[in-house]
Amino acid sequence: MTSAGVRQLFRSSAIEWRVVYALLMREILTRFGRHNIGFLWLFVEPMMFTLGVTTLWTITKSIHGSSLPIAAFALTGYSTVLLWRNMPARCIGAIEPNLSLMYHRNVKVIDIFLARLILEAGGATISFAVLSVIFIATGLVDPPEDVLQVIGGWLMTAWFGFSLALFLGSLSQESELVEKLWHPAAYLLFPLSGAAFLVDTLPPVAQHYLLYLPMVHGTEYIREGYFGSRIRAHYDLGYIAFFNALLLFAALAKLRKISREVIPE
Amino acid sequence: MIRLVDVSKYYRTRLGSTKVFEGVNLTIAPGERIGILGRNGAGKSTMIRLVSGAERPTSGRIEREMSVSWPLAFGGAFQGTLTGLDNLRFICRIYGVEPEDKIAFLEEFSELGIYLREPVRSYSSGMRARLAFAISMVIEFDCFLIDEIIAVGDARFHNKCNYELFEKRGDRAMIIVSHDPGYIREHCSRSAVISGGRLHVSPTLDEAFDFYQRETALAA
Repeated sequence: MTSAGVRQLFRSSAIEWRVVYALLMREILTRFGRHNIGFLWLFVEPMMFTLGVTTLWTITKSIHGSSLPIAAFALTGYSTVLLWRNMPARCIGAIEPNLSLMYHRNVKVIDIFLARLILEAGGATISFAVLSVIFIATGLVDPPEDVLQVIGGWLMTAWFGFSLALFLGSLSQESELVEKLWHPAAYLLFPLSGAAFLVDTLPPVAQHYLLYLPMVHGTEYIREGYFGSRIRAHYDLGYIAFFNALLLFAALAKLRKISREVIPE
Repeated sequence: MIRLVDVSKYYRTRLGSTKVFEGVNLTIAPGERIGILGRNGAGKSTMIRLVSGAERPTSGRIEREMSVSWPLAFGGAFQGTLTGLDNLRFICRIYGVEPEDKIAFLEEFSELGIYLREPVRSYSSGMRARLAFAISMVIEFDCFLIDEIIAVGDARFHNKCNYELFEKRGDRAMIIVSHDPGYIREHCSRSAVISGGRLHVSPTLDEAFDFYQRETALAA
């Protein structure tokens, strides 16, 4: 690249960051406002979800077929679901209410998605981290055996959620069906995603089919990082990486197409 | 300079691709004020969105060698739950301007007083228009795009806007779209007419007006 090209790239990325930052601040204000705990809702809300599910599962003594404490099981499982499920939910139909912003040349469809994705992934991550610290400090769960592996699995799942969100968000601009179908799909995928079971406890046939779902691999990998030798995890990082890359590619292609056609209000 | 080279725009509709215009060529020099006339639905707003870069042409290219504003006199970009000041901060951040320096100007010009700290949804339409215009004047551009007549507030405020835009920024280029030849005559030195999917550029204002009158008469 020529030096002029490099300078251009720097200038463009400065503008990009400026726009995403502006949208981020705007999104925080419109979503959480200035009342009561404001911005803290970003991670307090997902925390409430995870805590609620943990409590329910503890009371009902859910059968998960392992010796792991239910709290640890719910923490790793449900936090991961929130991560890949909330990102698409925030991106589907995100363009329509923001059409008027695109009167400003530098505000593009991708910026609106990015601002929402950063917030959503950030909220789920902070919630997971804070709850982990609380659970560990109170002795509900043991510290993760391999923190780096937990982070790695988390990032892979985030990559999946990110790609899925971009893809469905872009697709939803062309077809309202996406919004209608996403809710049942997300609901049905939850019990299949590995949040509520360990793959190892299932019959081989079920394992075979469930491992087609990329988030199962992410969840298993995170759990292995957390519990290490106490469980036998089933995953293929190559598979989830391949799936994510393919999905991201499709998402970017779709995004490019709708970006060209979007008409500011 | 801003150059439109062989620009065309088509919209996808239920009945297939529909032409808005094609073969549009136009050059705007620094400081030049050009008026674009057209009847309702002729494609004026589409044209100005293309020049602003908010939308992309179906074919052809648009070169911008000066900074170009967004289509002004537009109040829709406000988020109702945000305050006037929040909206100012948002625009400033997008364009890389320090918002805190601009608050005094906004307060003084918009005359919105304490309402700047209230959600925009509590504003009347006149207040929104005042906020929109004041925010438009916060960011400086070489070329301003003005969509239709900026009829903002009462006569006194209207005069204030005219002074701010046309006198204080008299050295800037402007593209004004309107269906009113009187407004174009008042502010522009050159004019073009959008009609029948083409942009007809005339050498003088009078020729453009004659052409526009004939076109509207034909259609009537």
